[in-house]
Amino acid sequence: MSTNAYIAIAWAVTFAVIALYAAWIVRRGRELSRRVPEEDRRWM
Amino acid sequence: MSALAADRTAAPTSTGSTATRVLGAVALVGLAAVALFGLVISPPDAELGETIRILYMHVPTVSVAYLAFVITAVASVAYLWKRTEFWDLLAASSAEVGVVFFALTIFNGMMWGKVTWGVFWRWEPRLVTTTVLFLTYIGYLVVRSIPTEPRTRGTVSAVIGIMAVVNIPITHKAVDWWRGLHQSRTVLGTVDPEMQGSQLFTTYLSLTAFMVLFAWLLVHRFRLAWLGERAAEQGLEAALADRRAEGQTSGSAGPAGGGATA
Repeated sequence: MSTNAYIAIAWAVTFAVIALYAAWIVRRGRELSRRVPEEDRRWM
Repeated sequence: MSALAADRTAAPTSTGSTATRVLGAVALVGLAAVALFGLVISPPDAELGETIRILYMHVPTVSVAYLAFVITAVASVAYLWKRTEFWDLLAASSAEVGVVFFALTIFNGMMWGKVTWGVFWRWEPRLVTTTVLFLTYIGYLVVRSIPTEPRTRGTVSAVIGIMAVVNIPITHKAVDWWRGLHQSRTVLGTVDPEMQGSQLFTTYLSLTAFMVLFAWLLVHRFRLAWLGERAAEQGLEAALADRRAEGQTSGSAGPAGGGATA
């Protein structure tokens, strides 16, 4: 593989992993919010 | 009360808030700028060539990971002192985000190693200490996932969180203390003094964008952990209520039908 291919993989994996992790947090947060009383989910 | 006012006072249905939405937007713009400068505008390095573009990911991810682990240690100390859920959940949330970024650091380093050294991995001092550090925090997360009483979990993980952080300066200084293949420090060493112009700008831009991203992730992850604890309490209360109702039903059924069920 060329140098550019390794650069592309490094960037793509970094952004993809962070995007997937962020999406998991947000989705799980929405699921749990439905199971928790209102007074326990008032953020600053 | 108007619909608008009611909407403002309603509890959020996610881990998001106005502050995190602003933070998220800034992070997205920052990362887009990093991609533009890191892949298009910044020229190849005289010494590193095109591989400097991998370092635009490698340096900020390791910086975020180190910061996350330091926050875990500080929050762990605060937990042992104050014994409040806030510090325990902050330590755990920061450790998890740190592990994600540290895994990316290792991955990017492997890509850089393959181009520069011809191999993905070498058991040289920096990589050995990096592996130990990574496995320590994986262990921290495993310990937290063991079902136990929250106070015990918090205490044990706080001790690990404090002990684990000691390995950061060792990992960071490994390139100075022992002869290895890894290039010398570029962060807190700090950034390579020979770096200048758009390369230096891109490095700092990337560091800043990733720090904002880290802040966004940490806030959301902390709120998720908080919701998780509340949901677990709700589940426990519901289970206890079910058991009580079950007991009342079998009690009112009389001796014939009142045999205790396991």
